[in-house]
Amino acid sequence: MGMTITEKILSRAAGKDKVTPGEIINAKLDVVMCHDVSTPPAISMLVEKGIDKVFDREKIIVTPDHFQPAKDIKSAELHKRLDEWTRRHKIKHYYKLGRVGVCHALLPEQGHIRPGEVIIGGDSHTCTYGAFAAFGTGVGSTDLAAAVATGELWFKVPASMKFILNGSLGSGVYSKDVILAIIARIGVDGALYRAMEFVGPVLASMSMEARMTITNMAIEAGAKNGIMGFDKVTKQYLDEHLKDKKDYTVYESDEDAEYVSVEVFDCSAIEPMVALPHLPSNGVPISECAGKEMDQAYIGSCTNGRIEDLRIAAEILKGKKVTIRTLVVPATPAIWKQAKDEGLFDAFYDAGCVIAAPTCGACLGGFMGVLAEGEKCISTTNRNFVGRMGHPKSEVYLASPATAAASAIQGKLADPRNYLE
Amino acid sequence: MSKVHVYKRDHINTDEIIPARYLNTDDETELAKHCLEDLDVDFVNKVEAGDIIVAGEDFGCGSSREHAIWAIRGAGVQTVIAKTFARIFYRNAINNGFYVIESPEAIEKINNGDELEIDYKTGLIKNETAGIDIKFAPLPDFALEIIKAGGLLNKLVKNNH
Ligand code: SF4
Repeated sequence: MGMTITEKILSRAAGKDKVTPGEIINAKLDVVMCHDVSTPPAISMLVEKGIDKVFDREKIIVTPDHFQPAKDIKSAELHKRLDEWTRRHKIKHYYKLGRVGVCHALLPEQGHIRPGEVIIGGDSHTCTYGAFAAFGTGVGSTDLAAAVATGELWFKVPASMKFILNGSLGSGVYSKDVILAIIARIGVDGALYRAMEFVGPVLASMSMEARMTITNMAIEAGAKNGIMGFDKVTKQYLDEHLKDKKDYTVYESDEDAEYVSVEVFDCSAIEPMVALPHLPSNGVPISECAGKEMDQAYIGSCTNGRIEDLRIAAEILKGKKVTIRTLVVPATPAIWKQAKDEGLFDAFYDAGCVIAAPTCGACLGGFMGVLAEGEKCISTTNRNFVGRMGHPKSEVYLASPATAAASAIQGKLADPRNYLE
Repeated sequence: MSKVHVYKRDHINTDEIIPARYLNTDDETELAKHCLEDLDVDFVNKVEAGDIIVAGEDFGCGSSREHAIWAIRGAGVQTVIAKTFARIFYRNAINNGFYVIESPEAIEKINNGDELEIDYKTGLIKNETAGIDIKFAPLPDFALEIIKAGGLLNKLVKNNH
């Protein structure tokens, strides 16, 4: 019996020839991502237990991004604790204000993600990195503490589910619509404890940015990781972004690898999707929900705050005016600069949007765009749980940047295809 | 004897357990004040030390915030019994030495306010109010080892000495 790509990466990391789903392994970690919410408690634990050390100062990436710039005194204290620790241990990759961005957009962009490696982060959307044929998974603060101190963690090897994405995407339909359609079909626990492996011709035509939107949301189906194979698009992105360590190993799933299920999607049939409150699995085609009035549009986050997303939104907003408050949040400083250089800011400014500094901010109801009671937001983020972006009685509708931009113009859920040739 | 708070809901997520607006602190007592706030504002007034939460499928889905465990533990909750748990929440619970119970039938056989007695070793919930026994599979050995040590880090420290 062959192995899946996930099993191959984990067996390499565990120093074994073979692993099987369900097996508990101890894996060596290649990259550990630390942000401002989950890391300060991890540091306190390590100090308290008398094991205040780091396994490798070059393999830890520190990205204070959630409440950045500090939204209040308490978050400033979190940043201060992170800052002191980072200096104490001379952590090499510490992204401070001015260079920090939303972690999952920042790490690949700054060349920290390589195929075949095991990446953990104190954040559930660490599964994003699977787009690079790597194993990425999110953990809590205790795991993070153990990871930082030892460079190892226990894992239960997940069984894999295969998702074959056939056909091609129509105009106005993007990778966000594909993942919303997948989660609508299988549910928010449809992939609980599993690896979601994505294959098929639709992927080949997607940029790395678009692919990351898909793996980013694997956790919204309950998965441990989302993963994709390596191809020339992956290679080109890596050639452009890897800095210090440029070598990596490419793993592929064997022909006879075992999958607990195989789901086939005809992506040609997918329409622009909107996930209605309060679950990411409540996706419906725009034709079934267009016209619903909104109060705010949010374009940003680790799901859809990359340059390609901003280009898509700007294309639709160009020469138009938004009728509801609209926030555009480039996910990293480099994306911010590129958007500015490409003239996208003009399109946003002229349309009446506000352009914010890179931050998680409103995505988690933190600050910079929090919703009041009863308000509705069309958002390019990944979660629409109760209270996610503000008041427990506010509502979040998840969609692509194109659908969010079209909806910002109309002030209600709108079909982006009406704004594209 | 512990009292039960039943939430007949699936997918109770970490934003409901501890809303992100409170994540600017990791102080357990502070977090506990907002435990389950967006699901049931009254929970913190009702809960007493040693109480138990019972819920449906996929409990703790969403974010990786360990703050969810700390809020629940800080509020005095002894354990959570759910049909199934979301992966990261389950892992965080074990790593914190907090025993959670997976039981597909508990939600059908336990009502609000019931009094329970739990034998974690053999995997038995005695519902004293209803007079029924509910069996569950005890946690696997490696997880018990972590819980026995009082959490993953304590186990690490022990192994280092
Ligand atoms: S952008 Fe939102 S989902 Fe992504 S890491 Fe930040 S808070 Fe989490």
